[in-house]
Amino acid sequence: MDFELSPEQKMLAQTVASFAKQRSPVERFRKLREQQQPWDPQVWAHMGELGWLSVPFSEDAGGFGAGMVEVAIIVEGLGRALAPEPYLASVVLAGMTLAAAGSQDQHERWLTPMMEGETALSLAYAERATRYDHGEPGTVAARDGSGWRISGEKVFALGGAQAQHFVVSAQTPDGLGLFVLDAEGPGVDRRVVRTIDGQGAAQLVLDGATVGDEHRLGEPGPSARSVLGHAIDRGAAAACSEGLGVAQTMLDMTVAHLKEREQFGVPIGAFQVLQHRAVDMFVEVQLLRSMSVLATVQSEHDDPQVRQRAISAAKATLASSGRFVSHEAIQLHGGIGITDEHDIGLYFKRMLSLNAVLGDEQHHVERFAAGAGF
Amino acid sequence: MRAPRGELRVGLGHKDPGIRAQGRSSINIFPDDRSVDNARLSGRMPGMDLSFSAEDETFRREVRTFLSEALPDGLRAKAEIDAPFAMEDVMQWHRILFSRKWAAPGWPAEFGGPGLSPTQRFILTEELELAGTPQLSPFGLVMVGPAIMQFGTPQQQQRFLPKILSGEEVWCQGYSEPGAGSDLASLQCKAEDDGDSFIVNGQKTWTTYAQYADWIFCLVRTNGKVKKQAGITFLLIDMKSPGVEARPMLTIGEQPAFCDTFFDNVRVPKENVVGKIDAGWTVAKALLGHERTLLAMVGLSQRLLRRIKRIAAETTVGGKSMLEHGAWRGKIARLEIELEALKMTNYRVLAGAQLGHAPGPESSILKLRGTEINQRMYELAMEIMGHDALSWYAADGVVPAAEQGIAPQFCYARANTIFGGSNEIQKNIIAKWILGLPSGK
Ligand SMILES: Cc1cc2nc3c(=O)[nH]c(=O)nc-3n(C[C@H](O)[C@H](O)[C@H](O)COP(=O)(O)OP(=O)(O)OC[C@H]3O[C@@H](n4cnc5c(N)ncnc54)[C@H](O)[C@@H]3O)c2cc1C
Repeated sequence: MDFELSPEQKMLAQTVASFAKQRSPVERFRKLREQQQPWDPQVWAHMGELGWLSVPFSEDAGGFGAGMVEVAIIVEGLGRALAPEPYLASVVLAGMTLAAAGSQDQHERWLTPMMEGETALSLAYAERATRYDHGEPGTVAARDGSGWRISGEKVFALGGAQAQHFVVSAQTPDGLGLFVLDAEGPGVDRRVVRTIDGQGAAQLVLDGATVGDEHRLGEPGPSARSVLGHAIDRGAAAACSEGLGVAQTMLDMTVAHLKEREQFGVPIGAFQVLQHRAVDMFVEVQLLRSMSVLATVQSEHDDPQVRQRAISAAKATLASSGRFVSHEAIQLHGGIGITDEHDIGLYFKRMLSLNAVLGDEQHHVERFAAGAGF
Repeated sequence: MRAPRGELRVGLGHKDPGIRAQGRSSINIFPDDRSVDNARLSGRMPGMDLSFSAEDETFRREVRTFLSEALPDGLRAKAEIDAPFAMEDVMQWHRILFSRKWAAPGWPAEFGGPGLSPTQRFILTEELELAGTPQLSPFGLVMVGPAIMQFGTPQQQQRFLPKILSGEEVWCQGYSEPGAGSDLASLQCKAEDDGDSFIVNGQKTWTTYAQYADWIFCLVRTNGKVKKQAGITFLLIDMKSPGVEARPMLTIGEQPAFCDTFFDNVRVPKENVVGKIDAGWTVAKALLGHERTLLAMVGLSQRLLRRIKRIAAETTVGGKSMLEHGAWRGKIARLEIELEALKMTNYRVLAGAQLGHAPGPESSILKLRGTEINQRMYELAMEIMGHDALSWYAADGVVPAAEQGIAPQFCYARANTIFGGSNEIQKNIIAKWILGLPSGK
């Protein structure tokens, strides 16, 4: 067993940390949130220049051919800084779906500009009625001459508030199909909604959206369905890594506060009952770190059973540990923790988001229980 | 033993002899209460009587009739979906209740209150909360009002109480300071003697709704040379006095619900001192019991539970309603059971009060559990909502109406366990005053 990062990976972690420090203090996110701007396209382009947006894609597709470990390093760092650029949404969810299901032409058309940071992609799979199941969308794609007509409604597409293209799942006569739709395309009504974490998302109302057949990614049916499932699993693994960055930061901030804040003539961290609470937070963060490693490594496992079991275990841990850590962080900050002005609340809300997407606790507990070994 | 009229016979508390072992064998709380319609228990615990007298039941019907007639449509629409009320809504409802003499259920008749028995008071409060009516600002009615009744001069009582009752003057609470939260007694906001008046300088913080308040009741330091609790005075300050400034702050739920309140050479007449100079700590302590019973949030949580069921009924998972899904039903039921336990405990505190005990340290239990249950309900609501939990001040139609506004309220509810004496502080109180544990370091 080896839990050590390679020298290259360590270097990447350092680059991400110094990026966060120099180019993306939490203040930057605050300003964007105030202006209700989901993210800064210039920073996104900068990430493209650094090569981060190409990290997990194969060299054939124009990427770096690195893996989920590198992705985890990046998103954990972005989580610590609350950088709102849609790495998870665009690179992991939509990008990896496109990479796996798309042809070379399609990669050149949609993936390449995204890797360069010129565009952003969003995966629109979630629907109100199907909750966290992706397999049977209510959205329908019907043949329309040589192309397709797509109708249905997608909710809370991550990164959708400012994306140029959506990867949309829809039911075809041959099973689940994947299509790329332009945000401004005919029949596509993108409604930007505010979200609790200030990053925004999109509701997509498709009313006979028409696209040519070249917008279809791969063959509809079981393979498209499993590509989508795998992308969502990778997204869940990345959510665990980002959540780890968020939780670790909340722990660090809380410990610092316990040392600084004085009441009754002593730093409140001198109260044993609060020490124990901080220790419990620390323990949860450590467990989350372990599970995030598990999810990251197993997210590329050939056997979907093994992969799903690990991801579900990790995402359910993110739910319980993340909830515990974020609640305690606010509580131990006292009144200041309830202000919008203090950063701890921003982390609290980001954690809530990460837990409300890509399968909640109950979903993953059930999927875990439905898997091997039960 | 038969319950004397108007009393609820369940006891709680270290001093209370406990539950009497005589009398009727059927236990029946609120036979026609919508929320506890299954509360008929078998007669296994003879002696306890959880029923209300016929008079109390009549009173309950009277309240319901009033509510069905007096609640304006605009407020009713908001009440039904638990939508947040604006300050004008609260004040409108205050005036309606005032005209029915019910703005302050707990006030005695001599100060213009309805003179209700404790049980009727409880029934009134519960019915108002169940109907989802706006909660009136507690700072005047539940906090400074009773303090003025108990410690104020007749002049103060005449000057302030009628306008608190009518809602003409709105109050806020100026206790906490940046450096004095849990350790309230270390407060620094200073009032210096200047003949007939005090000159106040300093800062209060987290002052809830100070931006709407006409008056603020403050704890100020009048003596820096004695033990910190002994140099504090309870002072009423007109918010319109020159030198007072309330700067609203946003909460984590992005509501402008509290302020930083600054005092810059504010002149306050000495006749505004409640109780004696330097004896403000006694006044403040007397208020705490009231505040904590208030913070049990029973009615609010009952409403929230109904709302959760409504959301769950409208949400599908695996093709069926969440209310038909075992795991989710279980989560909801679990919370309902906890709420039931809180409610019963609240009744017991109430019954103790009827037997002549002021709410003592045991009211800390209500604050502890009540605030936590309320938070967990919001957490469950958010879980049930799935992706919709992300929605933040959404436009109409983005999420179902019942879910509208839950996310900011969920965030704000984190404050439950911090304000009114944090839950850690409540535990310290129980450890010390109920369990008699030695104080450590
Ligand atoms: C939404 C909101 C509204 C409020 N409204 C008002 C208002 O209208 N008027 C007003 O005067 N105040 C108000 N408050 C202030 C509130 O009373 C204080 O926030 C509270 O007393 C805690 O003080 P603090 O914020 O300074 O936290 P601190 O006292 O700094 O506490 C930080 C953490 O340390 C813990 N802690 C502190 N001491 C101990 C100890 N001895 N043992 C164990 N744990 C300890 C606390 O429980 C908390 O978890 C409000 C607060 C909030 C959040």
